[in-house]
Amino acid sequence: MNQIPEIIRTIPLEYYLFFSTALFAIGVIGVLTRRNAIIIFMCVELMLNAVNVLLTALSAYRADANGQVFVFFIMAVAAAEVCVGLAIIVMIYRNIRSTDVQLLNHLKW
Amino acid sequence: MQEIVMPFNNQAMALLCLLIPLLPLIGFIVNGLGNRKLAKGMVSLIGCGTVLASFLISVYLFLDFTANGSRAYTVDFYNWISVGDMQIGFSFLIDQLTLLMMLMVTGIGFLIHLYSAGYMSHDENFGKFFAFINLFMFSMLLLVMGSNYVMMFVGWEGVGLCSYLLIGFWNKNTNYNNAAKKAFVMNRIGDLGFLLGIFLIFITFGSVSYPQVFAEAARYTGGIDSTVMIAITLLLFVGAMGKSAQIPLFTWLPDAMAGPTPVSALIHAATMVTAGIYMVLRSNVLYVLAPTTMEVIAIVGIATALLAATIGLAQNDIKKVLAYSTVSQLGYMFLALGVMAFDSSIFHVLTHAFFKALLFLGAGSVIHAMSNEQDIRFMGGLRKYLPITFLTFLIGTLAIAGIPPFAGFFSKDELLAHVWEHNKIMWGLGLLTSFMTSFYMFRLVFLTFFGTFRGTEAQKHHLHESPISMTLPLIVLAILSTIGGFLGIPAVFGENMHVLQNYLAPIYGYAQVANAAAVAPLHIDHATEWMLMGISVAVAVVAIILAYVMYVSKKQVPAAEGTKLSPIHNLIYNKYYIDELYNATIVRPIMWFSSIFHKVFDVVIVDGVVNGVGKFVVQSSRTLRFAQSGAIGFYILIMVVSIALILFLNFFIG
Repeated sequence: MNQIPEIIRTIPLEYYLFFSTALFAIGVIGVLTRRNAIIIFMCVELMLNAVNVLLTALSAYRADANGQVFVFFIMAVAAAEVCVGLAIIVMIYRNIRSTDVQLLNHLKW
Repeated sequence: MQEIVMPFNNQAMALLCLLIPLLPLIGFIVNGLGNRKLAKGMVSLIGCGTVLASFLISVYLFLDFTANGSRAYTVDFYNWISVGDMQIGFSFLIDQLTLLMMLMVTGIGFLIHLYSAGYMSHDENFGKFFAFINLFMFSMLLLVMGSNYVMMFVGWEGVGLCSYLLIGFWNKNTNYNNAAKKAFVMNRIGDLGFLLGIFLIFITFGSVSYPQVFAEAARYTGGIDSTVMIAITLLLFVGAMGKSAQIPLFTWLPDAMAGPTPVSALIHAATMVTAGIYMVLRSNVLYVLAPTTMEVIAIVGIATALLAATIGLAQNDIKKVLAYSTVSQLGYMFLALGVMAFDSSIFHVLTHAFFKALLFLGAGSVIHAMSNEQDIRFMGGLRKYLPITFLTFLIGTLAIAGIPPFAGFFSKDELLAHVWEHNKIMWGLGLLTSFMTSFYMFRLVFLTFFGTFRGTEAQKHHLHESPISMTLPLIVLAILSTIGGFLGIPAVFGENMHVLQNYLAPIYGYAQVANAAAVAPLHIDHATEWMLMGISVAVAVVAIILAYVMYVSKKQVPAAEGTKLSPIHNLIYNKYYIDELYNATIVRPIMWFSSIFHKVFDVVIVDGVVNGVGKFVVQSSRTLRFAQSGAIGFYILIMVVSIALILFLNFFIG
């Protein structure tokens, strides 16, 4: 523990845990309640970043770089995913002139 | 004890042995694949040629065999089945009995093939017919040449299959198909007995190969008439009952006449039906160890002979009369086996093959000329139109009636002499059968060939002698029926003149060791033998005169269909209602059981379970599909709740 710099230790680990849990919960609730595809998408990003925060914090507190490396991977993948996701949303908009996911209910039974 | 069967290693001869059954198999494949593609001339050439080649090779093998001191040998090809202690080789046993059967099967087979080329020439399935009949030759040769019971069984089933296929050859007629099925099912009952017999042989002797089984049996210590020997021999005899049409499994043979006439001649008169006799004769060492079984065989044989002969008295279908006569003659052969007159039995097999094949082919020639009419009430006076057929048919009839010097006289007389020695009552019944045989056969001849023609004008115009390919086999068989008897000249005409007996003596080598008393030669004084001969000839002649008076002098014709008959006449005309009896006691109860099982077990239980599973899946899917609402929010909610649940459970339980 003594290798961890003082500046990091001024904020206890628990704070990061509460923060990222709150962030993740906001993301989940956003996905569940909102109807606009773009907002849902942003909420998904929120959840991803909540995980990123957690990984970074734990990585710093345990003096293990693996977690931080992993975060970079998540960011890169998230960027690619955003490309695809936004492209899909654009296509949906072109087809139904809306981004309301409630309208996309034809694929059933 | 000296070894009777030697293994054999002469490559060239082994190949020749293999070729004998293989050639008809090749004929079967070529003709079968080329049905309706090959020209008819080509088909008959292949069909007859392969069988002729087999016959010539058999003759060569026979000459080679006798030239080399008549020592029996086995020809091993490969190890066919090898499971635990059981070793079953694909191998042939060449000995006196095998060679005799091979010559008979291929020789008569060839003549009948030749005849078929003429008889079936108008049939559209000419190739199919030759394919089946070639396959039959292959199976029959396998049956007689195999060196173990399993190979015999393979041939046994093969000939059964061919019999089924050929009885139902004209398969557009439902009655013919039913006759084929009947033959197949009845044979199956017998086959079960045969199969159980083979199992018991394996359990008792540890092998199914003839040389080993017979050598073991010769050393058998269980004594005469031990339970296991009686069981083995009786089970094997059940198989013989099915194949050789003995009581109670004989009703299929008359129905088998639905097949084309050459088939009736080859399969249902000359060769296949004698397979049962061959089998008993082959297993002679087992049978001499069980005299009780022999007694059963003799009783079944004489009962069958008598029953079939009485039925034959009142039949009006030319082929049915011959069929019942075949059953009756087979009964004779079993009677001979039962009194341990093995030589007489095989002698009668041989002469019967000659004259019965001749009679069937002659009947075929008549049917051919009469445009497929088989009822003798509509024939008559055919002597003028079919001179060759008439003459040859008459020779066959004289032979079966036992008039010297035709073949049947010698074999039947020898057979009856043995029966006389064994049991006087059986001899009396045998003589009665002989009387009836002579009567119904001459009734057939007189009604068919004498008197005036009773058919339609159209048939009368059509009457013609058959082509040369059909009359040639008739002539050859007529010659054989005339001189065939001289193979077994009885002792009264000179000692050691019985060629067949001397030839076949070695095959009883093991039996000699096992039970010498049983195979002791017949010692009957000459006066008795002359007397027996005189009586049987006299009986036959009386029957002929009776038939002549009734059907030629008094010009009687059997009553037309639907006429009221006297009770006894009606009984035998309807074959003692045996078919009806079997129907009522066996077929109907089985049908009834089947329908009960169908209704309860099949429909309710099996179908219920199977359909129930299907219905359950369909019903639950129908309900579950409403969960797929298409609303994304709902899906995500379910996903989140599920993940939360998994984590929650993992946290508290795991």
